[in-house]
Order: sequence, then C-alpha cells, then structure tokens
Amino acid sequence: MPFIPHTEEEVAQMLAAIGVDDIEALFDEIPADIRCQSLDDIPPAATEMEVTREVQQMAERDAGALNFIGAGAYEHHIPAAVWQLTTRGEFYTAYTPYQAEASQGTLQLIYEYQTMMAGLTGMDVSNASLYDGASALGEAILMAVRVHRKSKSKKVLMPTSVHPAYRATAKTVVKHQGIELVDLPIDADSGRVDPAALAAFSGEDITALVIPQPNFYGVLEQADELTAWAEGNGTLVIGLVNPFTLAILKPPGEWGANGADIVCGDGQPLGAPLSSGGPYYGILCCKQQHVRQMPGRLVGRAIDADGKQGFVLTLQAREQHIRRSRATSNICTNQGLVVTASTIHMALLGPVGLRNAAAASLANTHRLVEKAAALGITPRFSGDHFHEVALKLDQPAAPVLEKMATAGVLGGYDLGRDDAELADAILVCVTETKTDADIDRYIDALKAAQEPSAPSR
Amino acid sequence: MLIFEHSTPGRRATAQAPATTAEIDLPAQFLRRSDTGLPEVSEMQAVRHYTRLSQKNFSIDTHFYPLGSCTMKYNPRACNSLAMLPGLLQRHPLAPESHSQGFLQMMFELQEMLKAVTGMAGVSLTPMAGAQGEFAGIAMIRAYHDDRGDAARTEILVPDAAHGTNPATAIMCGYKVKEIPTDEQGDVDLAALKAAVGPQTAGLMLTNPSTLGVFERNIMEIGRIVHEAGGLLYYDGANLNAILGKVRPGDMGFDVIHMNLHKTFSTPHGGGGPGSGAVGVAERLMPYRPVPVIARDGGRYRWLTEDDLPKTMGRLSAFGGNAGVLIRAYIYMRMLGASGMPRVAEFATLNANYLEQRLRDAGFEAAFPDRRASHEFIITLKKQAKELKVTAMDFAKRLLDYGYHAPTTYFPLLVPECLLIEPTETESKEEIDGFIEAMIAIQREAETDPDTVRSAPHTMPNRRFDEVTAARTPDLKWQAGE
Repeated sequence: MPFIPHTEEEVAQMLAAIGVDDIEALFDEIPADIRCQSLDDIPPAATEMEVTREVQQMAERDAGALNFIGAGAYEHHIPAAVWQLTTRGEFYTAYTPYQAEASQGTLQLIYEYQTMMAGLTGMDVSNASLYDGASALGEAILMAVRVHRKSKSKKVLMPTSVHPAYRATAKTVVKHQGIELVDLPIDADSGRVDPAALAAFSGEDITALVIPQPNFYGVLEQADELTAWAEGNGTLVIGLVNPFTLAILKPPGEWGANGADIVCGDGQPLGAPLSSGGPYYGILCCKQQHVRQMPGRLVGRAIDADGKQGFVLTLQAREQHIRRSRATSNICTNQGLVVTASTIHMALLGPVGLRNAAAASLANTHRLVEKAAALGITPRFSGDHFHEVALKLDQPAAPVLEKMATAGVLGGYDLGRDDAELADAILVCVTETKTDADIDRYIDALKAAQEPSAPSR
Repeated sequence: MLIFEHSTPGRRATAQAPATTAEIDLPAQFLRRSDTGLPEVSEMQAVRHYTRLSQKNFSIDTHFYPLGSCTMKYNPRACNSLAMLPGLLQRHPLAPESHSQGFLQMMFELQEMLKAVTGMAGVSLTPMAGAQGEFAGIAMIRAYHDDRGDAARTEILVPDAAHGTNPATAIMCGYKVKEIPTDEQGDVDLAALKAAVGPQTAGLMLTNPSTLGVFERNIMEIGRIVHEAGGLLYYDGANLNAILGKVRPGDMGFDVIHMNLHKTFSTPHGGGGPGSGAVGVAERLMPYRPVPVIARDGGRYRWLTEDDLPKTMGRLSAFGGNAGVLIRAYIYMRMLGASGMPRVAEFATLNANYLEQRLRDAGFEAAFPDRRASHEFIITLKKQAKELKVTAMDFAKRLLDYGYHAPTTYFPLLVPECLLIEPTETESKEEIDGFIEAMIAIQREAETDPDTVRSAPHTMPNRRFDEVTAARTPDLKWQAGE
C-alpha cells in the first residue's frame, strides 16, 4: 500500500477500538446508490522505479533546445544552493505559518523577502507574494480601485504594451467588479506608450494607469513622464516590473515626483526555473498608506511573552478567513516555496551579482542585435530596450521560428500571435546564460531559416 | 539574526554572477541611483543562515501535523526529484508544441486521471490555488447563466460552516452571498435551503464532507432542490481526501468542482504555497473552462486556447498555472494507481475514527458524537475553557511542546473552543497513539498545573507573541541602520 504504514494487526486493533468490523463500515453514512463503481480509467499503481523511467523519458523528449524565448518567463542562472536549501523538508513540507512559534523559519524568511522586495522596487511595503505576475496585476487593479475612493469612474488605463496574457488575466480577475480596462495605444515606431494618446485622457476621472517597465516588447517606457501625468491627473500609478532589471533600472518608487502607488510583477526571474510556466510568484508592493487595502499575507515583526523578537502573520483582519465576504480578496495563500527560493537567490547574488547578471544580459542582447543587423535584420521599435527586443524580418515570423526550432534553437516569441501587424516580428530575449557561441548559433539558425528553401541538391 | 545583519560591504558570493565590466548603454533617465538594499554575504554565510532558519520550522518531514482541513500527508520524495529533472525545469512555457510533447502528455494524462476519480466530464489544470479554483468555478457558473441570458441569478448560497474563501469568492464574481444554517447533526438545514432558493439563485457552494468533519447525508436532496430552482452545484474539494475513490463529486450531482492538489494529491505545502486548484466540470459547463486546456488530436498533444473555447471564463495566469505542482501530483497519482485511490480515503477515515474514539474514551468531548467521523473530526474544549480556564488555543500551543503540530483551532466558527483534527492516511498507529498520550497529559496539566498550559509553548524558539501590538503598529521590513 503506497504511503500507508498500517499492518494488518494494527488495522484489527484500530477497528476493535472503534467498534466496527471492517473499514467499509466507516462509510455507512454515504448513500449506497452513489458509491463509486469503477476507476478503470486510472492506470494500475506504478512503483517509484517504473514511474521514474517513464517520466525521465517524457522529460527528455522536451529537453535540449537552446532557448531565446522570454515573453514573461526568463532563463537565468540559479545557484545550486537555492533549490537544495528550498527543498529541505523543513521548508518544503511545512504548512502556512499560522502557528508562529513553530514556524519562525518560514516567517523570518518572508520578512527578509518583504525587505528585499521593498528595497528593489523602492516601495514602502511588500506583501508575502501572490500567485504570479498576471494575477498580481489583476489584484493590483482591484486594490487601486479600493484605495482611490475619490475616483468614481473605476476606469483603468492599460497600455497595449502590457503582456497580452497579463491583460487577459487582469480582465478575468476584475470583470465582475464594474471596472473598465481602457486600452492605451502605443506609438507604432517607438513601441512605447504614445504621450498624445495619454494626453487625450487629461482631465478625465481615471482611477489608475498601468505602467509596464520594461514593457512586453522589451522597450523602456518613459516612466517618469507617465507618472508625472498621472500625478497631475489625480490618477494612481500601478507599476508592472521585471524585478531582475531593477538592479539597473530606476525603481518604481522613484518614478515621477512621488513614485508609483502600487507595484506588481512576476518574481520568476529571481530564482524560479522556467518550469513550463510555474510555479512562479506575484510581487505586490505599495506605499505605506495603502497597506490595509493590500490583498494576501503579510509578515510583521513582533515581541513575544519573554520580550524576545520574532515574526507573525499580521494585519489578518484584511483576509478571507477573518472577514469572509468583506475580505480584500479571496486569496488564501502565497507562493511560499518559490519565495523561499527567491529570497535565498537574492541573498546569494547580492546587489553586485544581480547588477552584473542584468548588465551581462543587456550586453548579450546588444551583441545579438548587432549581429542580426549584419543580416539586415533590425529592431522593430526605436525605443530603448532592456534584455529583450523585437526583431523585424522581411517575411512572416512563424515559419522562420518553426525552422529554427527544427534546428534546435527556440528563436523567440512570434508577435503575430497577438497582433497581425507584427506578424513579421519576433521577440527575442538574451540573458546572462548565453555565450558568444550561443549567439552565433542563433544568428546561423536565423540566417538558414530565412533563406528560401533551396531545391534539393 | 536577519540576513541583513550578516551583511558586510564588499562581500559577495563571487561564483554566482558574471564579473562583467560592460557599460550600461541606456539613457540616464532610466537608471537607478539608489541602493537596492540587498545583503552582501558569502555563499557559505547564506547557506548557513537559511539552513538554520529551516531548523526553526515544524514540517511534515519532522513532525505529526494533524491540521484539520489541510490534509498534511507525506509528500513522496520521488515527486520532487522527478519534477526537478532538467527537461522539465528548463522547458519554456511558450516553447512550441513540437518541443513540448512530453510535458503535454503528462498533463493530458493528469487531466484524464482527475476526471476519472471525480466523475467529471472535463478538467482544467490552470488554477494556481484552491481559492483561484473556486473563483474559476463560480465564474463558470456565472458565464453559464449569462450565456443563457438568465441575468436574474444574483445570489450564491453558502453554508455557514464554509471556508472563508467561499463567500469571498462569490463576492469577487459579483454575487451576493446568502448563508444557509447547519442543523444540530451537522447537515445543511434543508428547510432553510428550500426557503432560500429561487429564481435569484445562481448556485450553492458545498464542501462534502463538510468542515464539520461529517458527510452531508442529504446531498442528493440538496442537489435536487438547487437544480430545480435553476441553480448549479459547486463542490469545494477541500475534503476530497475523505472520499477519494469511494464516492465521486460527479455522481453526487455536482456541476463544477475544484480540487486542492496540495492536499489530496500530496504536493508539498511549501510553507504556504504554491498550491494547485484544478477544476472539473460537468458536460454543460465544458465551454466555459479556464484556458489553456490540453487536448489530444490523434497522437499529438496541444493546447486549447480562446480560439478553441471562445466562451471560456478566461485566463487565470500568464501561462498554464503551477506546472511544477501539477507534475508532482501526476507522479503521486501514478504511484497510487486505481487501487491506491480508495485506500487513501479508507485509511484516512480509519485513522480519524480511531483517534476520535480514543480521545472520547479519554474524556474529550466530540462536537458530533452521534456521527461517523470522515477524515477529520472536531473536539470541543468548551468545558475545559469554562471550568479550568484553559482554552483550545492553550491546548494547541502546549501540543507544540510535546512535539506535535497543533490541530486547526477555532475553525469552523460554529463550534466553540474547537480543535479540528485530521491525521491523514500516512500516519502510523504509533504516531497517533503518541498524540493521544500528549492530549491526555495536557488535560492532566490543565487540571493540576494550568499555568503551564496557559503560558505554553515553552520549548519553541519563541513564546506566544503580542499579535495585537504587531497589527496596530505593523513592522513589515527591516530598516538599514537599525
């Protein structure tokens, strides 16, 4: 019996203590006519050895390609210590730290995480994390509407340079709350928010403006100017950031005169492997005055009965298990284990390591752009970019990417999937993990894939 | 000591980042000028610090964790080591389907196994936690009514014993919440339900077995009442472990369910997530499933997206949910197999009934003495609280000193001074007997030396905290120069 320790003798003793003849008798309150008849569609039990062999084979089928896709999930070096420590049973198999005295490891770690994330983003407060970046954007919008009581419109400006899946997720999260997400168009040349499009909303009651930095196309938004517009218009600013870039880029807490009000993003680039899209974690930070409208868990420092310092879950009156239908969100968890990994990752990289990794990614991306230029392929957008860039081809991107994949190079994200006008553009990401040889291989694969198929020789 | 207090300017884990001298080729307006505040420590300092922190935690790997409603069962190590295979960790979520067939096959098979064990017509794996699964489920109910032009259904019914996430979820989906009382035996009050349903009823959210630790005996009648009123039936899978392979939500008449893979299917709780709240639907809700969903066409696997399911309730994450958690659940289910599923429910129920009976024999008061325990049960300490001034919280904290994690306390809210106890199927009789001995010993202390119990714990890294002050003046981050 996998994972069940009972011996027959123990079962007999336990049944005798209960006073029933067999285990089946314990289910006598379940109506007989609805009992499960058959589980034939479930395979028979496999031993650990058997399932290992099968899963290894499935994993190997997907392995081995050289990856240049980013688009919301980024390949970075993760120190070996990060997941070795994270999968220690004491972190891996602990529950939510409701019993503070028996959970000081997890609680202190989250407090350290909150400190690090608040520092990186330049914000006053970070929560203990949400599910992922996309759902965090949805929660940030709900939070902005709660915070900005003076604004009656519940209108939120969403640049079309925000990741399409983030926009879709945010819409799912907020659509039953009477909130209107208004598309804010970008300038087709620069690839960033069009200041004229924003000016058209001046004087209107707009609850919040989302500013992605870098945006989905890897382009840097003029965050100071956009924030200044929002400040002048009585509009809250929701910053959507990639935390990996914040060792170099101006943090949202310093945008404009007063900084962003709420910051969200995905923590994946800081210690979480690509892992087919998850688990990652959602970042949520804010100004001090908004903290009681924050969703999700928060850890605070506290004093115990001996006057000794420790850590507890705090401000729980915001949460569903206390407030039920009046909670700030239905969220009941954080992505604890991934935050554990991320905190260890940030401690191991430190300020210099994180900056160097980001600088190397930026330099590698420039190198790839230069080499692509020699093929006559140039960036689609003129705005400054970080470690991700849209390249414009002279032909549809999808077949080119397919040929590159056949050659073992995942050449980027086909921007035509979300916007027919960008069907000739691929979004390519180069991180610190790529060597000069990798970049050369990319260029060779791109060159070969672009050439019209030669007749067989 | 915090990691920041180990920090020394100029120190670093040099092996972990490139020693780049690259210029930052960006205009000054974009650049950071302030410090990040990250700590500067060596690799060994970090390893030692976080290893020591881990040692301040209780966990399943170190302690019995009879936390009701949380299903803290053993997390098999193979599930972790296989989920960490490089081919799985390195696969980009947007990799083309040609480079994803292994992963997609695994996820397709997981969908099929979950369908079979719950009796539902379709499954979507994307919700990242139980509460997100609830949101997906109620949003599907809403999409269904809206699609039929039935705009009058504005209300979700929730039993008063439900988890707090249930009402919070209904509100997020734009519904009003009406609570349905529970009768003295722990079943839904049928007369109250009949009086509550009507053309305004969108659906009923039900946990079965309920949070009171008993199976809802009138489930078929409840389904009939709600369905006849035009509402749909939502199954909160928090307690699926109790009935796994014994009775299926689909056969009980539920239209939509969420499963907590981190409970029933043994993925780790990770100190509070990540979880997974996969949803299952009956035939009539198939068009509204959250995307993406995995399909098999001939011998190939592919994603179904908005193009395939235009009526989807939407997207819940940037990609397809917590893939690493799903892989762990897949491996666990494969090791259980068809024969292992009902055994989970059988031995979880055996352990709970044994533990409840032994505690009653020792003089503890069961909240529902006339009922069969499911995989969990409730003890009420109202007598101890009244006569000895020793509360459920005091018992919970004292248990820590005896080396047992506390059961769930003060939930469900209906039962005063309660402990909700769930041993799970993976605990042995010796472990359960040890817990019973500890409860008996604490009862004796409560009678003879109550201050020891009231001031517990005494052996943990900290004593009880002043949580009121912590909430009044929140200290949520360390400040440089402290």
